[in-house]
Amino acid sequence: MKKTAPVNKIIPFSNVDGPGNRTSIFFQGCSLECLFCHNPETIRLCRHCGACVPVCPAHALRESGGRVVWNPSACVQCDACLKACPHLASPRVREMTAEEVFAEIRRTAPYIDGITVSGGECSLRHAFLQELFPMVHSLGKTCLMDSNGSLDYRQFPALLSECDGVMLDIKAVDLQWCRTLLGNDGRMPLANLDFLLQAGRLQEVRTVIFPGFPEENGRTVRYVAERIGDRCDYKIIRYRPFGVRPDGIRLLGDECTAQEDAEAYAALARSLGASRARVI
Amino acid sequence: MSEALKIIQDPTLTYHQELLALARLGESTDDSLRYSDEYYEAKRRGALCDLNEGVMPYRPRYICPDYDLLFEKGCDFLQLDPPEDLAEALNVLEIFYCHVPSITSFPVYLGDLDRLLEPFVVKEDRAYAKKLLRLFLRNIDRVQTDSFVHADIGPEDSVTGRILLELTEEMQLAVPNLTLKYDPDRTSDDFALACIRCMLKTAKPSFANHRMFVGEWGEKYAIASCYNGLSIGGGGFTLPRLRLYECSLGARDIEDFLSRELPRHIDLQLEYMDKRVRFIVEQSTFFRTNFLVTEGFVHQEKFTGMFGVVGLAECCNHLLGITDVHQGFGMNPEATALGKRIMDAIEERVANHTAPYCDAYGHRYRLHAQVGIDSDGMDDSPGTRIPIGAEPPMLQQLEVNEMFHPYFPTGTGDIFKFEETYLKTPEAILPIIKGSLARGLRYFSGYLENNDVVRVTGYLVKKSEIEKLRQKKQSLNNVTVFGMGAQDGGHALDRRVQHHEENSACQ
Repeated sequence: MKKTAPVNKIIPFSNVDGPGNRTSIFFQGCSLECLFCHNPETIRLCRHCGACVPVCPAHALRESGGRVVWNPSACVQCDACLKACPHLASPRVREMTAEEVFAEIRRTAPYIDGITVSGGECSLRHAFLQELFPMVHSLGKTCLMDSNGSLDYRQFPALLSECDGVMLDIKAVDLQWCRTLLGNDGRMPLANLDFLLQAGRLQEVRTVIFPGFPEENGRTVRYVAERIGDRCDYKIIRYRPFGVRPDGIRLLGDECTAQEDAEAYAALARSLGASRARVI
Repeated sequence: MSEALKIIQDPTLTYHQELLALARLGESTDDSLRYSDEYYEAKRRGALCDLNEGVMPYRPRYICPDYDLLFEKGCDFLQLDPPEDLAEALNVLEIFYCHVPSITSFPVYLGDLDRLLEPFVVKEDRAYAKKLLRLFLRNIDRVQTDSFVHADIGPEDSVTGRILLELTEEMQLAVPNLTLKYDPDRTSDDFALACIRCMLKTAKPSFANHRMFVGEWGEKYAIASCYNGLSIGGGGFTLPRLRLYECSLGARDIEDFLSRELPRHIDLQLEYMDKRVRFIVEQSTFFRTNFLVTEGFVHQEKFTGMFGVVGLAECCNHLLGITDVHQGFGMNPEATALGKRIMDAIEERVANHTAPYCDAYGHRYRLHAQVGIDSDGMDDSPGTRIPIGAEPPMLQQLEVNEMFHPYFPTGTGDIFKFEETYLKTPEAILPIIKGSLARGLRYFSGYLENNDVVRVTGYLVKKSEIEKLRQKKQSLNNVTVFGMGAQDGGHALDRRVQHHEENSACQ
């Protein structure tokens, strides 16, 4: 049987998922449950509980043989199903083979620099990507991974040889802060940071700055800046409360990080040698 | 109240706008140029439109003088010697422009400014050259007060091109319209990106498919007026248009349209064009006495007639009984395929017609996707464009454009409105332009939402100037009033915005 992967969405043209114009493929399912995730409906796979079916105003969802079935052509993208989901999932997911995903990329290929796979967490789909990336390379397009780094990249040498770069999130570095934010000890992304730098596969690092946590923010930014130097881009991102779950809002608040605060961390990173640090 | 009295009592008209309106009124008192009864009947039904060109053409509609020749030998009639430095070159151009007629009485082609001026610019201190060019652009904006005034740059990078981009951004003027002749082999990515940044902020330059135009016209072609491809040293005699939606109203079905109504209307428009072209060449004095002709700045044989069409989308939707535009032409493969059949039929019939004069083009007229006028409302979309408000996502819109743009050597184009994040990522737009031009797109325009200078259908206006007219104040630019009409009647400023979607799962 062909390998498939759950695809939440394919955006034909994106200017915010890596350099140039890229087709972005968002997989469903994440390895983390970050408190500040702003697309929490991509975290888990659908359990087919049916809670979303009655709330759909367009009758685009139905239950059939114990499964929730989504009809994309009837869907009006109102997100009522996502709000009703008790499991941080979405019924609007297509199980696709690499060939099917590639068929959509073939259409956008004349207009793009490459593709970016994102999520959820794309590295969960490593076997699928190992099939997809060579197809994309055959069109002369690049393949980037947008990843939380929670899986051990040392285990995927074949995939890495087909991947043009990883855009890695370093969300936190202290043990306690990692447990609070990410729900685990947060060691693996740090190991991956070193490994990907060494392997020449680190495209960029991203860190979200939280309002009201200057010590935690400072430690993360210093850690990353000292390691990466000028070897890759460092994107400083402002926390935004949109889509964040109530638990996250309780801890992190309902206001965006001020632009000038974010700029100060970018300046800090640059002062430590991360010359390519900037706020996006 | 007489028409003349209405004109002179209209508080929104400037003196020159009154003068032009009165001249048009005077022209309309003659009826020596007559057409068949069937032509007048089709015109009354709105199936044919003469774009208010006037009943007695006394000059070709569009004139593209050979400015290289002007710089090489000067102009006897205007007593201008060949310029020897930048100040002289700009002065020569400013004077010459005032003597280039057109349908609007303003020059629709100002030259390939970077190529023309580069030898003079590089001899000057850059800051001084920029100052002179700033005054030159100010002169054009205040003297040639019409958004159909158009200048070209490219394909190569140049000091002059860079300065013009800087000034375009700094001055935020609607005039002149500006096109980059873009060839990925000759235009550096760096220059193309500078043009994209400028385009986002000022709605210009647009990107013309240089290879495509060179293939049709040779190296010496102009992009004039909105986006019109024409020969340098030539131009366009006349531009009437088939309003395809109205043409389709009398058809019983698709086959009846293709076999009877469409050919009938094409022939009526050809009859109209033939008579006008003959009149301009044989009756008016332009091609006998005007200094542009007698001194060789234009050649009659390099002019052609422009066969215009509008409303292909509405025509297809009507013939297929589609009432929801969101399910129609551009979205619906059946409607789009019908559009191709119709364009193939128009192209073939026009190509089989032997036109008077038009010697340089085998006595053939060339097709033009007319960009619409304010009175079209929502009945006929510009050329072969997808109706505003029903545009599909950009990928699909490009694919549809690529199918239709090759039909129109005398011009077509489409406009994309981008949201703010693209200002930081112009390199995300360049591959879109490269890809679509390689696949048959002829002309790409873009602008950022929330700009003051915006592209209405092919021309530029300032939203702040439209506001002046609404308050019954005068606007110096003759075209602002068209922009207001297109905004009110055609919702031309409400086109789909290309948004990046906020989708990264981790913030």
